[in-house]
Amino acid sequence: MRKAISQSVLYQALVVPLIQLFVFVAISLLVIGSVILILAALFNRPVTGGMTLLQFVIRTLPQVAIDGLVIGFLYAMIALGYTMVYGVLQFINFAHSEIFMVGAFIGVELMLALAIPSTAPLMLIMAGILLAVAAGMVGSGLLAVVIERVAYRPLRGAPRLVPLISAIGVSFFLQDAVRAIEGLLNNAFYRNYPSFPILNQQIQLATFTLAGQPIQMQIQAKVIFIIIASLVMLTGLNFVVNATRLGRAIRAVAQDRPTAALMGVDVDRIIMLTFLIGGALGGATGVLFGIRVGRIDPYVGFIPGIKAFTAAVLGGIGNITGAMLGGIVLGVLEGFAGAYLSQFTGGAFGTEYKDIFAFLILILILMFRPTGLLGEQVGQKA
Amino acid sequence: MLRAKTMEWITQIRNGRSIYLVGVLSYIVAALLLMNWLSQPGLRDAVWYPLVSALAFAAFLGSLLVIYYAPLAGAVKAILGLAILLVLLPILGVRNTFLLEVATQVGIFAAMALGLNIVVGFAGLLDLGYVAFYAVGAYLWAIFGSPQANIAFGTNRFPLEPEWFFLFLFLAVGVAALTGILLGLPVLRLRGDYLAIVTLAFGEVIRVIVNNLDKPINLTNGPQGIRPVQRPPLFFKPWLYALGIRLDDPTLYALYFYFLVLLVIGFAIWLARRLENSWVGRAWTAIREDELAAQAMGIPLVRMKLAAFATGASFAGAMGMIFAAKQYFINPESFTFMESIGVLVMVIVGGMGSIPGAIVGATVVTILNLQILKGLSLMLNKLRQAGVVIPIINFPLSQWPTQLEPAKYERLVFGILLILMMILRPQGIIPERRHRMELAEALGREEHAEPERLPVEEELPPVIPAPEVRPTRD
Repeated sequence: MRKAISQSVLYQALVVPLIQLFVFVAISLLVIGSVILILAALFNRPVTGGMTLLQFVIRTLPQVAIDGLVIGFLYAMIALGYTMVYGVLQFINFAHSEIFMVGAFIGVELMLALAIPSTAPLMLIMAGILLAVAAGMVGSGLLAVVIERVAYRPLRGAPRLVPLISAIGVSFFLQDAVRAIEGLLNNAFYRNYPSFPILNQQIQLATFTLAGQPIQMQIQAKVIFIIIASLVMLTGLNFVVNATRLGRAIRAVAQDRPTAALMGVDVDRIIMLTFLIGGALGGATGVLFGIRVGRIDPYVGFIPGIKAFTAAVLGGIGNITGAMLGGIVLGVLEGFAGAYLSQFTGGAFGTEYKDIFAFLILILILMFRPTGLLGEQVGQKA
Repeated sequence: MLRAKTMEWITQIRNGRSIYLVGVLSYIVAALLLMNWLSQPGLRDAVWYPLVSALAFAAFLGSLLVIYYAPLAGAVKAILGLAILLVLLPILGVRNTFLLEVATQVGIFAAMALGLNIVVGFAGLLDLGYVAFYAVGAYLWAIFGSPQANIAFGTNRFPLEPEWFFLFLFLAVGVAALTGILLGLPVLRLRGDYLAIVTLAFGEVIRVIVNNLDKPINLTNGPQGIRPVQRPPLFFKPWLYALGIRLDDPTLYALYFYFLVLLVIGFAIWLARRLENSWVGRAWTAIREDELAAQAMGIPLVRMKLAAFATGASFAGAMGMIFAAKQYFINPESFTFMESIGVLVMVIVGGMGSIPGAIVGATVVTILNLQILKGLSLMLNKLRQAGVVIPIINFPLSQWPTQLEPAKYERLVFGILLILMMILRPQGIIPERRHRMELAEALGREEHAEPERLPVEEELPPVIPAPEVRPTRD
C-alpha cells in the first residue's frame, strides 16, 4: 500500500511539490541565516540602541526572514514565466515584466471598480481580491498569447538576438501603452490599490526569548494571503506540468521540439499555452504585488522582472523547480541584504544597494555556474 | 592628383552626370530656402512651427544622405558634405542656437551609435548597458572638472583649469575602455542572451552606484548631480575677434561643441571603417556569424570580444565627457536604461553593422525624440490653449488629459520601432555591405528575403548517384 500512495498522481503532483517548497524554504533560511549570524558574530560591535550587532541580528532575524520569504514567493512566481518560456523556446521573454505590470493594473482597476468599502467584512474583501487575481490572470495570460503571436512567432528561427530585441520593444511599448491608457482614463499614470485596515493589521505570530533577546515575529494579514495564494499557484503549476497531458507536451517540446512535433504534439499550440500559463502566473503575481506595495505605475515591472529573471537563472533557467528555489533564495538574500547592509557597513552602504545585490548575484552565478543551482548543462548554441 | 580629379569631373559633366550634381545642389538650396523662410520672427508663434521646423531641419540634414547616395565623384561628395557641415549648418546655427544644440546632440548620439555598432553590429554582442560607459566618461570629467572633487578629497585644488579638458578626453577614452575590459572579462564567456541581461544589470549597477555615492565619501553628489562642470577653453575667441566676428559666449560654446563633436565623429567614422576592414573586423564578423566556427579557425574569442567591448566603450566614454561639459550639469537621470535602449534603437533602425546606418539611425531617432515629439507636445499645448475643438467627434482639446503629451511617450515610439524593424526589416534602413553581398549571393533575390536563410536541401542540386564501385573485399 505504501508503494501505491507514493506512486499516485495526486501524491506526486501535490504533496511532493509542497514538501519540496518547504525544504527549499528551510534550507535557504538555515544556510543564509547562519551565514548572517556567523558574519555578525565575526564583526560584532556596538550598533544603535545600545545593542551589539549580534544582538541586533538575533532580534530581527525571524522577522526579516519572513519578509524575505514573501518577496521570494513573488519572485518565484514571476520567474516561472521566464523559465517556462525559456525552456520551450530558449528565449528570454523580456516583456514578461510588463505582462506582470499589466496584471497589476487590471487588478487595481477591477478593485477600484468593485469599490468594496474599506470596512467591509473579511470574506467580501477576500472575494474581491480573488476576483482581481483571476482577472489579472486572464488578462495577462491573453496578453502574453497575443504578444507571442504578434511579436515572437514571426521571428521564430531567426538569430537569437532578433526575438530578444523584439521583446525589448514589446516591453517598452507596453509600458507607455498602459501609461497612455491610464492617462486617458484618469489623467494620472499611477494607481493606488484600495487599502483595507483589516488586511493591514499586524498579526502576532510568536514572541519568545532567544539568546537573551526578546524576539517578535509579526506578519501582515495581507502577506498571509499572498503566501497562501503563491503556494496554491506553485503547487497548481507543478500539478499541470508534471501530471497532465498538457504538462507532458510542454516538457516534450522543451526537451526536443522537432521530435515532439514528430510525435504528434502541436508545437505552436503548446508554445501558446506556455505563454498563457506563464502570463497568467505573472498577472496573478502582479495583483498580489500591487496589494502588497499599494501604489503601482507602468514602470513597476522592470526591477522585479530583472530580479525574477535572476532568480530563474539562479535556479537553473528552463527548470521549473529551479525557478521556485531561485526565487526563494533570492528573496531571502535580498531581504537580509536590505535589512543588514546598513548595519554591517556602519551606515556607509544602505538599503539602496539591495538592487545591486541581486544583480551581483546574477553576474556571479553566470560566471561560476551558468547552469544555476539545479540546471543541467546548456550548450553554447542551444 | 588634383589634375586627375579635375579631369574626372570634366568627364562626369560631359557624360551628363552633372544632372545629378544639379539635382543635389537644388535639393540643398531648397532645404536652405525653407530653413531661411522658417527663421522669420513672425512664424515662431504659429501652431505648426515646431513640427514644421523639425521636419525642415531633418530635410536639411537629409541632404547629406542625398549626397551620399548620389552617383557623384568622391571628391564632389566630400566637398558638398563638408560645405554643409562646416559652413552652412554653423551659419544657420548662429542664427538659431537650438539647431546647433540638436545637431550636437545628434552628433553625440551618432558617435555612441557608432561605438555600440562595433559591439552589437560588428561583433554581435548585445550590450544593454552601454550607457554605463557614457556615465563613466561623464562623471570622470564632472568630478574633476568641478568643485565636487574638493568635497570628495578634501583639497581645494579643483576644479581643474579648462585646459585639462583635452587631457581628460584621452583619459576618458582610456578609463571607459578599461571599464569595458573589466566588465567584459567575467561575462564575455556567456552566451549572447545572457550577456545582454548581464550588461543590463551592469548598467543598472553603475546607475545605482552613481545615485548613492554621496556617502560614505561624496563622490558623485547622489541624485542632485554635479554642477557646474568646467567647459573647455575658448582659446579661439581672440582669433575670431581679430577676424571681426563677435559672438556671445553661449553661441561660441554651442559652435565649439558642435565642431568638437564633428571632429570626434570624423575620427570615429575613420576608426570604425578601418576596423571594419581590418583583420580584427573580419574576426568580429566571424564571431558574430558563428562563434564555434570562428574559434575553430583560431580566432581568440575572448580577446576579440574584449577588443570590441573596449572600443565601443571608449567611444561612449569620450562622448560622455563632452556631454558633461556641454550640459554644464549632470545627474544620474541622464544614464538610465532608457538611454541604452535609445542608442540600441539607433543602431537597429540604421542597420546592425552598417556605419552610415548608425549615423542615419542616430539622426532619425534624435530628431524624433528632441524635435518631433517635443514639437507635437508644443503644438498640442498651443491648440489646447487656443480652445480648438476636434471637428467630427466634437472633442474640445482643452479636455485632453495633460498626461497624454507626446514628448512623454518616447518609449512607445522606441518600442514600436524595435518591433517593426525586427519583423519587417531586421537588416535596417541601410544594411551593412557584407550583409547585402551575402544576400545577393546566397539567395539571388532582393533584400526582402530573410537574411539568415541558407539554401535548404530542396534547393540544392540533386545528388547524382555515383557509379557503383563495389569493393572487391567481401
